[in-house]
Amino acid sequence: MTLHFLGKTLKNPLVLASGVLGNNKQILERVHENGCGLVTMKSIGPAPRDGHKNPTVIDLGCGMINAVGLPTPGYAHMEEEWQALETRTFPLNASIYGGSVAEYQMVANFVAGKHPDFIEINISCPNSEQHGMIFGVSEQSAFDVVSAVKQVIGDIPLIAKLTPQAPDIAKIAKACEEAGANAICAINTAGPGMVIDIEAKMPILAFKKGGLSGPMIRPIAVRCVYDIFQAVSIPIIGLGGVTTGKDAVEMIMAGASLVGIGSGVRYRGMEIFKKVNQELNAWLCAHDTTLEKIRGAAHGRDAVENKGKAQ
Amino acid sequence: MNAPQTPVMLRVAQKTIHGPSFATLHFDHVLGFKPGQFVMVWIPGLDEKPYTISHHSKTGFAITIEAKGIFSKQAVALEEGALVGFRGPFGNGFDILSSPDIAVVAGGCGMAPLAPLVDALDKKIVFIHGARSKDFLLYPERFDTPRQICTDDGSQGHKGFVTDLLEQAILTRKKENGPPLKMVYACGPEIMMHKIFLVCESFDIPCQVSLERYMRCGFGVCGACVCGHQVVCKDGPVFDSKQLRTMEDFNKTALLKSGKPVGLDQYFSWRCQ
Repeated sequence: MTLHFLGKTLKNPLVLASGVLGNNKQILERVHENGCGLVTMKSIGPAPRDGHKNPTVIDLGCGMINAVGLPTPGYAHMEEEWQALETRTFPLNASIYGGSVAEYQMVANFVAGKHPDFIEINISCPNSEQHGMIFGVSEQSAFDVVSAVKQVIGDIPLIAKLTPQAPDIAKIAKACEEAGANAICAINTAGPGMVIDIEAKMPILAFKKGGLSGPMIRPIAVRCVYDIFQAVSIPIIGLGGVTTGKDAVEMIMAGASLVGIGSGVRYRGMEIFKKVNQELNAWLCAHDTTLEKIRGAAHGRDAVENKGKAQ
Repeated sequence: MNAPQTPVMLRVAQKTIHGPSFATLHFDHVLGFKPGQFVMVWIPGLDEKPYTISHHSKTGFAITIEAKGIFSKQAVALEEGALVGFRGPFGNGFDILSSPDIAVVAGGCGMAPLAPLVDALDKKIVFIHGARSKDFLLYPERFDTPRQICTDDGSQGHKGFVTDLLEQAILTRKKENGPPLKMVYACGPEIMMHKIFLVCESFDIPCQVSLERYMRCGFGVCGACVCGHQVVCKDGPVFDSKQLRTMEDFNKTALLKSGKPVGLDQYFSWRCQ
């Protein structure tokens, strides 16, 4: 199921969500070997950061709530990792974040020098008061950060990762497109939510609130991808609650070109990528169709044709 | 849909203090459990950390804690009736062989995960237990299985390392044409486990060791505990010889909370803060 995405060749349309497993080259490689077309590093920030105290990740059965809190060694302290990644044999998406437009630009500038295949800007993490999401809820700040990053990363395709917290995610996506983003990744975790332990009489997460992910947010993700598809002509990585091939089909019908998986690793292991690929292929086969033919299908035939998406 | 895995809140039913720095907290709650698995232990308002289960019965379980850092010092200070949350058990646990031709090698608080394993194994195994000094030998009265003791300072048993005793046991069997060991189980400081692994490799004996890394989720998603290409909380914490041979980071590298890989000395001095 090899495909081309923003000038790069991917072995299939599945993407590892940022923040899941992407801590070192060996594990990224293993996820790729397990059937993931594009692996994403954990978000890289401007300075060393420990993230929050535990509990940070809780499985609610219908998905997860987490407030890991953007831990990062800091972009300037990852030399060994970058060296290891130089000899990689898989496509790499480097996720970055900052606390200001200048910080995003500084991190992006440095990371671009390490030649990842894509740079994803995380303007959507709800788990820090100072970073991420504040840039993804306003069209102006999304535009500013995307254009600033775009200036310093040369030919590397830029993916803007968005939050469902935005009052109108389609408008944010449009602003990113106008600022030069090459793709949209939607969505980051929803909420934030809170879970209180009634015996301890306190929120379980040390950060109290956290982003929701997994099957419980899939309808939100599908709606966001659907809205974004109508607003922009750049491709979309549809992400949020996908655990099966049929979930992936739904995401693609909403308008996604690639499909991300994160929390699904909890429910079906690292092999989820292989399994979802098989299920997706089986579905396409059984319906005698292709990815390209079903992309955006939920919008109706005319809508897709009129759009004339350049992929 | 899957069952939620929010913490199960339990009260400390009984506390046992051992030596200068250990305490065992008992809980009257039945856990489905395999020796070597661990639980995420939440002290509300403080933090949540992985601990192995040290006692397991039809009526309850216990964890043994060595007071080292902020969390563990508060954990050993918990009184009976204190509320503690548990997620898990997580991880793979030991692959248990029933044979007398087995060695269990424990170093320091590495005795805790091995204790329920010893309970489940043949009573004629080779059982080696090392610690800094006599006072740090966990569970002095617990086992029917005879134990060979060693201490760094010679305050009890052989003065020296557990690896000395393991090599001796292997060589004695060879000399006496006894059956070779079929498996060595080990837990203790990583440098000790690495030496055990090398001894086992040199004699062509398979081993299983239990690794420790900073953890967050406990179920293989967040990636905080990766050791090379292995996810310690999900693929481990018990790894066998075949896996250890391919784990570049074994006895070399661990991630700090920020995700920065550092040498084990730096990692363990941070963990004990």
